[in-house]
Amino acid sequence: MTMKIFFSVLLTAILTNNYILSKFLGICPFLGVSKKLNTAVGMSAAVIFVMTLASAVTYPLNTFLVNHDLGYLQTIVFILVIAALVQLVEIVLRKYIPALYNSLGIYLPLITTNCAVLGVTILNIDAGYTFGEAMVNSIGAGLGFLVAMVMFAGVRERLDSCNVPKFLQGLPITLVAASLTSLSFMGFTGLVEGIFA
Amino acid sequence: MAEKKTLRQEFSKGLIKENPVLRLVLGTCPTLATTTSLESAIGMGLSVILVLVCSNIVISALRKVIPEKVRIPCYIVVIAGFVTVVQMLVKGFLPDLDKQLGVYLPLIVVNCIILGRAEAFAGKNPVLASACDGLGMGVGFTAALALMGGIRELLGSGSLLGFQILPEAISPMTIFVLAPGGFFVFGMLMACANKLAERKGKPKAQLSCQGCPLSETCSIAEKTACQKAKEEK
Repeated sequence: MTMKIFFSVLLTAILTNNYILSKFLGICPFLGVSKKLNTAVGMSAAVIFVMTLASAVTYPLNTFLVNHDLGYLQTIVFILVIAALVQLVEIVLRKYIPALYNSLGIYLPLITTNCAVLGVTILNIDAGYTFGEAMVNSIGAGLGFLVAMVMFAGVRERLDSCNVPKFLQGLPITLVAASLTSLSFMGFTGLVEGIFA
Repeated sequence: MAEKKTLRQEFSKGLIKENPVLRLVLGTCPTLATTTSLESAIGMGLSVILVLVCSNIVISALRKVIPEKVRIPCYIVVIAGFVTVVQMLVKGFLPDLDKQLGVYLPLIVVNCIILGRAEAFAGKNPVLASACDGLGMGVGFTAALALMGGIRELLGSGSLLGFQILPEAISPMTIFVLAPGGFFVFGMLMACANKLAERKGKPKAQLSCQGCPLSETCSIAEKTACQKAKEEK
């Protein structure tokens, strides 16, 4: 039973409620870092890592805040925890795992102000998930981020060799391409309900 | 008199010349997410104005106290404080709007317009000028959001602010209030803004690092297009 719930939370976060393409969280890196496949993958890996870690830390913290009637401090505490966590991860990686730091570290400063990370921690609480579900949801959100980034990097590489009308060149055509990518993800609507009906 | 004029300039530059959404391409997440109807677009815009003006005033007043090295965390704390205030106000007085905006209300904390203005303007300029700058940027943001929200609501549900505008016989194109419609309308607005800017001989809007508050510490910048922008400078 719990496996079923975990699986449905995971699929929902990756496909039907993709954080970028249907919730519009993390649009800046989606448009900014998706030009090349390797940067897209690096950024997404860093996001998955930080998202999971941030959710694991903020979930018990929120319980503590609510128990002490401090629920209104949620926003301030969460953003500070994420900012501190990102710094800490950067320092630890640089000192102990330089190889990983070289591939992921450069993306870390950008993640503090990535709304997908703060978004997933708040949504975990709003949706009333248990700790296990919250962790699965965070991993799913990160994987969904990866899927969208990689797909879109492919779309953009094709776009580079296209003959785009002059008034659409640059950012407008990128947004239209994002619109079509998002349209394709709408095809997953009802998929999770269908599987677990 | 001269100072008064510059204050007005600080205010008006955010409206069109440096419109945060259509020219600087900042705050794209709320722009896409909260423009499914005109009402929520305006609600989001007003919340951002309030946070932006207050945080600009406080950060500018504290600019000589905040140490250079830890300025970004300090800015984030100030901004998060005001966002919490706005969150409570909206929850208390406009519960419907709170439901519509949902998670995007607390996410104003990470809206790059606010941190961007703190870093680019309020941290270096006096209080009054920073307040005008924040107000101008906020109004520009609200105007762009309202324009987009209006277009999406009119095409997607045939109404404006909840009132039916298009006759019932024309069935609304629901796709415009869904996610793909958001990207599409934003792309088209951006194309129009670029066309207008081009006519005046200004460069096209680009997603660049100049608007990003973390551009100085960010090492990704060296790998991507941002480097070009830096070299050109």
